Amino acid sequence: MTTAAQAPTFPAEVVRWREEFESFCAALPATEPEWLRVLRATGIGAFEEAGFPTTRLEDWRHTSVAAIARTEFQRPPASAGVADVAVLDTIDFGHAFARRQLVFVNGRYAPALSTAGTSDGVHVRSLREVLDREPQLVQPYLDRQASGRGRPFAALNAAFLDDGAFISVPAGTVLTEPIHLVFLSAPGPQATASHPRVLVWAGRKSQVSIIESYGGTSDAVYLTNAVTEITLEDGAVVDHYRLQRESARAFHVGTLCATQGRATRFASHAISLGASLSRLDIRQLFAGEGGECILNGLFLGSDRQHTDTHTWVDHAEPHCTTRELYKGIVDDKARGVFVGRILVRPGAQKTDAIQSNKNLILSREALVDSLPQLEILADDVKCKHGSTTGQLDPLALFYLRSRGIGEEAARALLTYAFASDVVQRIGVEALRVGLTEHLQRRLPGPADMKEAAV
Amino acid sequence: MGQKDTMLEVKDLHASVGGNKILRGVNLSVPAGQVHAIMGPNGSGKSTLAHVLAGRPGYEVTKGEVRYKGKDLLAMSPEERAREGVFLAFQYPVEISGVSNVYFLKAAANAIRKHRGQPELDAIDFLALVKEKAKVVDIDESLIKRPVNEGFSGGEKKRNEIFQMAVLDPALAILDETDSGLDIDALRIVAKGVNQLRSPERSMVLVTHYQRLLDYIVPDVVHVLLDGRIVKSGGKDLALELEKKGYEWLEAPAGSR
Repeated sequence: MTTAAQAPTFPAEVVRWREEFESFCAALPATEPEWLRVLRATGIGAFEEAGFPTTRLEDWRHTSVAAIARTEFQRPPASAGVADVAVLDTIDFGHAFARRQLVFVNGRYAPALSTAGTSDGVHVRSLREVLDREPQLVQPYLDRQASGRGRPFAALNAAFLDDGAFISVPAGTVLTEPIHLVFLSAPGPQATASHPRVLVWAGRKSQVSIIESYGGTSDAVYLTNAVTEITLEDGAVVDHYRLQRESARAFHVGTLCATQGRATRFASHAISLGASLSRLDIRQLFAGEGGECILNGLFLGSDRQHTDTHTWVDHAEPHCTTRELYKGIVDDKARGVFVGRILVRPGAQKTDAIQSNKNLILSREALVDSLPQLEILADDVKCKHGSTTGQLDPLALFYLRSRGIGEEAARALLTYAFASDVVQRIGVEALRVGLTEHLQRRLPGPADMKEAAV
Repeated sequence: MGQKDTMLEVKDLHASVGGNKILRGVNLSVPAGQVHAIMGPNGSGKSTLAHVLAGRPGYEVTKGEVRYKGKDLLAMSPEERAREGVFLAFQYPVEISGVSNVYFLKAAANAIRKHRGQPELDAIDFLALVKEKAKVVDIDESLIKRPVNEGFSGGEKKRNEIFQMAVLDPALAILDETDSGLDIDALRIVAKGVNQLRSPERSMVLVTHYQRLLDYIVPDVVHVLLDGRIVKSGGKDLALELEKKGYEWLEAPAGSR
């Protein structure tokens, strides 16, 4: 290391992203507020400083993003062709999850496919449109949770912040119908990257249910680098569903942040089914007393899929409850990673936290790394965590077979049963039914298991 | 009794589990409609025999033959045996979370019906069958909807086994230590259920450590299994004799070790 002052030199892929950033900024509307430009500049700066993470970093020890770093992603085409949009019909398994739906193609809002609107103070809008017309609505919340040191992907998302969804529910408003956000990637022949951003504000004692779906045209190579930030004001209830069904060669990196005020309930259901390489970071913070956080997750891996989930629950306040259940099923040469951290800060008394990670290995070459971590700095708490990874129970298989159920069907039934408790917690019926049917198709075995679940 | 009326014929059966020789030449013949009790001390091979008959993987038959209704039972997979009418009531019924009892049983019943060339039951017909059979062991309908054996008490699990037996209607039922862990009230209920299922078309093999069960389910024949062989057979009075005298007076046959 020399001590001479000189401009830092960055790796080629970082320089490439900086160049892409400059060209992206040049095309933005000149009328944008200064704070937004600063936000982006801060993002690219943080990304440059960190670079793409390597497996030498603790947070990335089990997941190499070298394939993302070396791919030259183009900016996606301005709009998708009609044929590409046919993918929309498959993204919800043929079950319409919600009547209210915003669709984004290659990160860009697609009004013709969407039902945006503002009524009774509820905003369900394109973020781009809000930034153009009423940027003051989002300024207090945008990127207050996601980026920061050591979060290069979230920083990259901030650098390329352009479009996405803005959902705002005023105090006291209860939305009984869910809102579906669809992020569809339909790139051309070149690999493309999109950086969608979702911003959710749930006012005091409001209630809302949001589904995010991610998918793409088959065989396409693309990167989805998504960031969602959710703010729950006191007493708010937010159910968040995240369905990742990217195409087989895609890369998916997601960051989901939630800050919970006093007496709030936040439930996250993260279902990861697609992508060749996917990584999801969930970062939650109890910023007020008496909150409840529910984290459910299911990931399926087959072929050579790599699926990594990191969750971080921050009990910064007393009297909060966390219930976390993550399950993984891996087959073929797939690899799964679960790292779950629960931090109970000093003074966060009466914390009640349970974390469980269970993984089912269906082949000899599949692998799961599971690292549940509890860090407890308060003395009057009730916390436990557990992790199990194994194969189907041979005695359970024999029990089913001894009743006349064929071996293949017995395996399918037990595999499906393994996933079913996570699926059964999904409150949106169309999503639950669609996912159940999908699992029945995808998991091994011919059994018809529609009525199996309890 | 002619050959055609023999339900189960076990000839010189030898079996090992994990490399340990457990069965060392079992001979047993159970005619149709009869109830045979197999008694013996712990480690004599009673449960091994039950599981070998049901086809449990890892239970290796090294010698001998088993004929069920004249067919080679050992050549069949566990599910084929079940579809042909063999039922094992487990000593330790397995908990299967995430699968409802009723779904599990319907899948089983329809697999068996399909094998028999009978039409599969739809949900409504199956539910009617379940309601009827639930009375056999007074099983609570809420248990039927719960995950298989999950959170069941010991007695509820055993009742669930007999309930399954009632629904699946086997020709040969093997009951492995169905009395173990039951208090007297639960034992009476289970025994009553089993007795209701006795019929000229159905044979039963009761594997038990204690004579107590046989006060409630009176067997036609009692066999004593010792060191992997049946060393004595007799009427129901043999069980009472064993209760009084224990097993020590029955010398292990020479050369069994």
